[in-house]
Amino acid sequence: MATAHTTAHGHDHGHHGAHHGEGAHGSVKSYIVGFVLSVILTAIPFGLVMSGALPAGTAIPVCFGLGIVQIIVHLVYFLHMNSSSARSWNMAAFLFTLLIVAILVVGSWWVMLHLNANMMPGAMPME
Amino acid sequence: MSNAHSVAAADAALLHGVEAHDEHHDDGSKTTLGFWIYLMSDCILFAAVFAAFAVLRGQTAGGPDAKELFSLPYVAGETAFLLVSSFTYGMAMIAAEKQKQSATLRWLGVTLLLGLGFMFMELHEFAELIGEGAGPDRSAFLSSFFTLVGTHGLHVLSGMVWMVTLIAHVLRRGLTHANIVRLTCLSLFWHFLDIVWIGVFTIVYLSGVAA
Repeated sequence: MATAHTTAHGHDHGHHGAHHGEGAHGSVKSYIVGFVLSVILTAIPFGLVMSGALPAGTAIPVCFGLGIVQIIVHLVYFLHMNSSSARSWNMAAFLFTLLIVAILVVGSWWVMLHLNANMMPGAMPME
Repeated sequence: MSNAHSVAAADAALLHGVEAHDEHHDDGSKTTLGFWIYLMSDCILFAAVFAAFAVLRGQTAGGPDAKELFSLPYVAGETAFLLVSSFTYGMAMIAAEKQKQSATLRWLGVTLLLGLGFMFMELHEFAELIGEGAGPDRSAFLSSFFTLVGTHGLHVLSGMVWMVTLIAHVLRRGLTHANIVRLTCLSLFWHFLDIVWIGVFTIVYLSGVAA
């Protein structure tokens, strides 16, 4: 892979070719695969909700699941994230951010949901 | 004398070493890592507005809710613009890597037009909502909706301003190494905005209409 990449671009900027040898910007094929996958992963949830084929209780978790899969597809095929050691800092920063985002979103939602319940009239003991 | 000579030699070696080192590692990877870290901080900004939306989505204050306001075919159109633009930006990057300047500029131009299409649809949607009396002042749900979708829209707008700038850079100086590093940073930004949009259409539009 690295060799093919270097040979393909070697004639005009061999120096770069060697540096970006691990396919830093992907290939036409990987962009097409990513694009087709994300079109499918977008069409399914839109189709599900617009047709009303599933009740909301099922459709919403399915949409969330497909959304997460589509985000992974974009990260791999468009942002070229992988576990190669050259990019381990990108991955470390990403995983740390994921943790913070999870705490922020799930935490706020959970706390506020309970706060709402506690603020309902009659929920608190009155003197 | 021999001491002075060896110090000078060591100095020269050091200097040369530093230069050689810089040259060897100046592949833009530090710049893209730095930009990546900026994107991660942007992720946290979006997480905050998503959290606000998740908390306030039910607070319609007797006003219209997501089901009455949003048209999914319209949102699918906006999504198509952004998704195709991510793909065309990828094609621009591949052309840039191969030093094909006119192909790079063509793909960047197509990406810019698709971005404009998205912005046009989004502004039209906002104008319609405000015209119907469903502006950000109507309810907490709509305030958080305009904050979230508007923040994403502002990012897309800045990405487009940046893209115009880079088109000018490439026209003036060609596909130099520095310009390729800049294009790479913008590609990360542009693909990142598409990922944020996946969150927007799933959480705001699809689950809003399905609920």
